[in-house]
Amino acid sequence: MSFTETKAGKFEGWNRPPVIETSDDGELLEVSMGPHHPSTHGVFRMDVALDGERVVKLKPVFGYLHRNHEQIGQTASYLQMMPYTDRLDYFCSLTNNWAYALAVEKLAGQAVPERAEYIRVILAELTRIQNHAAAVGFLAQDLGASGTPLMYAFREREKILDLFESLTGSRMMCNYMRFGGCRVDVSEAWLNAARKVVAGVPRFVDELEALLSSNEILLARCQGMGVLKPDLAVNAGVTGPMLRATGVNYDLRKVDHYGIYDRFQFRVPLGEHGDVYDRYMVRILEIHESVKILEQALKEIPAGPIMDPKAKLRGFKPKPGEAYGRIEAPKGELGFYLISDGGTSPYRYRIRPPSLVNLTILEDMCLGHNVADVVVIFGSVDIVLGEVDR
Amino acid sequence: MGVGEGSADLGLNSNIDQNLKIEMGKQGIFVTTIEELYNWGRRSSVWPMQFGLACCAIEMIATTMARYDLARFGAEVFRPSPRQADLMIVSGTVTKKMAPQVVRLYNQMAEPKYVIAMGACAISGGPFKQGYNVLKGIDRYIPVDVHIPGCPPRPEALMEAFMTLQKKIDGQSLTGEDRPRYHDAEATGEFPVPEPGEHDLEPSSNPLVWITPVVIR
Amino acid sequence: MKTVEEIKAAIEAAVPVARVEIVPNGSPSAEHSLLIDAAHGFAVAKFLRDDAELALDYLSNVTGVDWLDKEIVEKVKVTHQVSKTVDGVEAVVEETVEEARKHVVPGHLEAVYHFYSMKFKHGPVILRMRTENRSDKVELPSLTPLWRSAEFQEREVFDLFGIVFTGHPDLRRLLMWEGFKDYPLRRDYVEPDDFEYEPTAHDEVLARAKAHQNREQGSGNKDQ
Repeated sequence: MSFTETKAGKFEGWNRPPVIETSDDGELLEVSMGPHHPSTHGVFRMDVALDGERVVKLKPVFGYLHRNHEQIGQTASYLQMMPYTDRLDYFCSLTNNWAYALAVEKLAGQAVPERAEYIRVILAELTRIQNHAAAVGFLAQDLGASGTPLMYAFREREKILDLFESLTGSRMMCNYMRFGGCRVDVSEAWLNAARKVVAGVPRFVDELEALLSSNEILLARCQGMGVLKPDLAVNAGVTGPMLRATGVNYDLRKVDHYGIYDRFQFRVPLGEHGDVYDRYMVRILEIHESVKILEQALKEIPAGPIMDPKAKLRGFKPKPGEAYGRIEAPKGELGFYLISDGGTSPYRYRIRPPSLVNLTILEDMCLGHNVADVVVIFGSVDIVLGEVDR
Repeated sequence: MGVGEGSADLGLNSNIDQNLKIEMGKQGIFVTTIEELYNWGRRSSVWPMQFGLACCAIEMIATTMARYDLARFGAEVFRPSPRQADLMIVSGTVTKKMAPQVVRLYNQMAEPKYVIAMGACAISGGPFKQGYNVLKGIDRYIPVDVHIPGCPPRPEALMEAFMTLQKKIDGQSLTGEDRPRYHDAEATGEFPVPEPGEHDLEPSSNPLVWITPVVIR
Repeated sequence: MKTVEEIKAAIEAAVPVARVEIVPNGSPSAEHSLLIDAAHGFAVAKFLRDDAELALDYLSNVTGVDWLDKEIVEKVKVTHQVSKTVDGVEAVVEETVEEARKHVVPGHLEAVYHFYSMKFKHGPVILRMRTENRSDKVELPSLTPLWRSAEFQEREVFDLFGIVFTGHPDLRRLLMWEGFKDYPLRRDYVEPDDFEYEPTAHDEVLARAKAHQNREQGSGNKDQ
């Protein structure tokens, strides 16, 4: 393990994390947390230097799940990459599908029928609900609430996964969206089932909130913990609930107006302190807002085709050029940058992962806290390693 | 009417009539063999290691949750330490950067130990097989007891794998030629850990475990 | 938001020494980008961030692209003086022949930055910087001192493409292990040969598996 000393250099936008004063003898204990560690949500590793219980240095180490998406993307055809996007952030396969489809549609200038846009919104918001529920559950698990909140979250998640499975054929790896529409149409029965599930979500969130939100242990361990300042968050490219918990109003659903999000009434929950508790609360409130969007979308969904008739899937060759498409995934801004040279596969296939960029300021948030709190702060970032390492 | 004919050397059960055994059970007399009792105890409390690699880990967690409830098989106690675990579920893609750690964790587990390779990636590299950093199946370095195909396998598939493993444990004899590795004083349960090299892992497979299958076309 | 031409003019007014070039984008997305010379990349980026009208405070995406040496075949009309025997008399005649001339456009590595403004909610502005070649002159100025979000992403580009970002505070490999020698996302990267067994091979994978088998058999014969 090595802590490479950060080289001196001009920093004109951000400050280096503060140097933590060590106790008299100055002897540090170096601990490698991970890649096999029960609370690192996968194969993430942190090299931590400890002074007693306090974290003095922290360096994240990546790459234990580097599965070469970008290399495979340069050899596979455009459509072949759709199932690979499922496996990026494996909690939210449908939003990954959407981001990729959006980028390709931008690259090829393809239109999407209205019904398909509605289906995409419905599936993306269902994905957001199950991701945030699981994220809160895992956060509580990291706090030591072994089992119960996570079981509640997974109980709700299973209901949503049932919807995904009945529509797409797979619980997790949905591979559902296509350039210019969606793969199969939703039936009225499916919509009714979705309405039923959505109607049950507020009750589940209230239950979860009654269990957690004013829990004394959760308050003591989350409030004032891992505080992130808005200017550093913007400079470090933090997005998603992490950014909004610091009070910066930047939600791509409102900023980019992608899809048909303009048609729905919903608010963007913002935090005030930028601590772990605010991140937890923003996620809870976002579930409520997603329910609002879902109720409107499930009411208004029109009849019509789900694929653009001009869309071509096999032998798809966009004109030379490039495009950067991004959406508000549950974890933050998920972008796809594609360069086409006119061939059947992209010349460059790049994924802009929210999870990796959100980890940039992990060290700043953790320094000076106890090692047990590092686990909590890390849990509040809500990452998935499939997306961090790709 | 031997049940374990040929396999059991402590083999009391080869001499016991099954009907007689059942009849005696009704009278409150429990007749068994050491082997049977030993395997019954082990198979009913297989403790997996809390060890998730990729997508399949989420399905593994879902299996332990309320709907699928892995506790019915005595395997709900996920141990964070390899020293306390009997079973390693390789749940997801093993990358070349991670492979040395996986082998090291396997070496640290106490015998008897079992491995389930969960999902296409752990079996063969799966969809990521073309990747330069993806190991083409964990059975190149450690012996695997049960393979589950699927991407990811459903929770039911993982439970089926558990039952398969339990059947395997049930059939293991304590002595004799076909006794498992951990009853053999000369066999080792540790396997060499590959080193990350300049271009690839070195060695790229363990010839003791991995014999390249012959392809007949 | 300003158009690319206006941004180019603004940059040239603010940083007169910098060479700025618009790289057109032929796709319907019409996201044209600005190519900046590497020497003044840092100054230009600083201007983009601090300019009151642009205020590009958010660096979303950093990535690399590898452009190989390109061989361009041109047909050129060349006039030769050829001595010919015409009607028994030797004469020098001018003859025009089409010749194919090859010349190699040297490859380069390219870093691409996507900027947005969280303050004014506009974007993207795309910046590109190119290295001189693909082998030894692969330095580009790091923008990490300006935007923290480039820290890991530039490390990733260094890891996978081999672009050396000068001024980066902690430039190490991000995804591959230390001691790994290659740059795997370069287009001439040769993968390690570990395809010894292919149950369902097809296409490229089949070709690789066959090559491996042939190699194994070849080496096996030698041993015997």
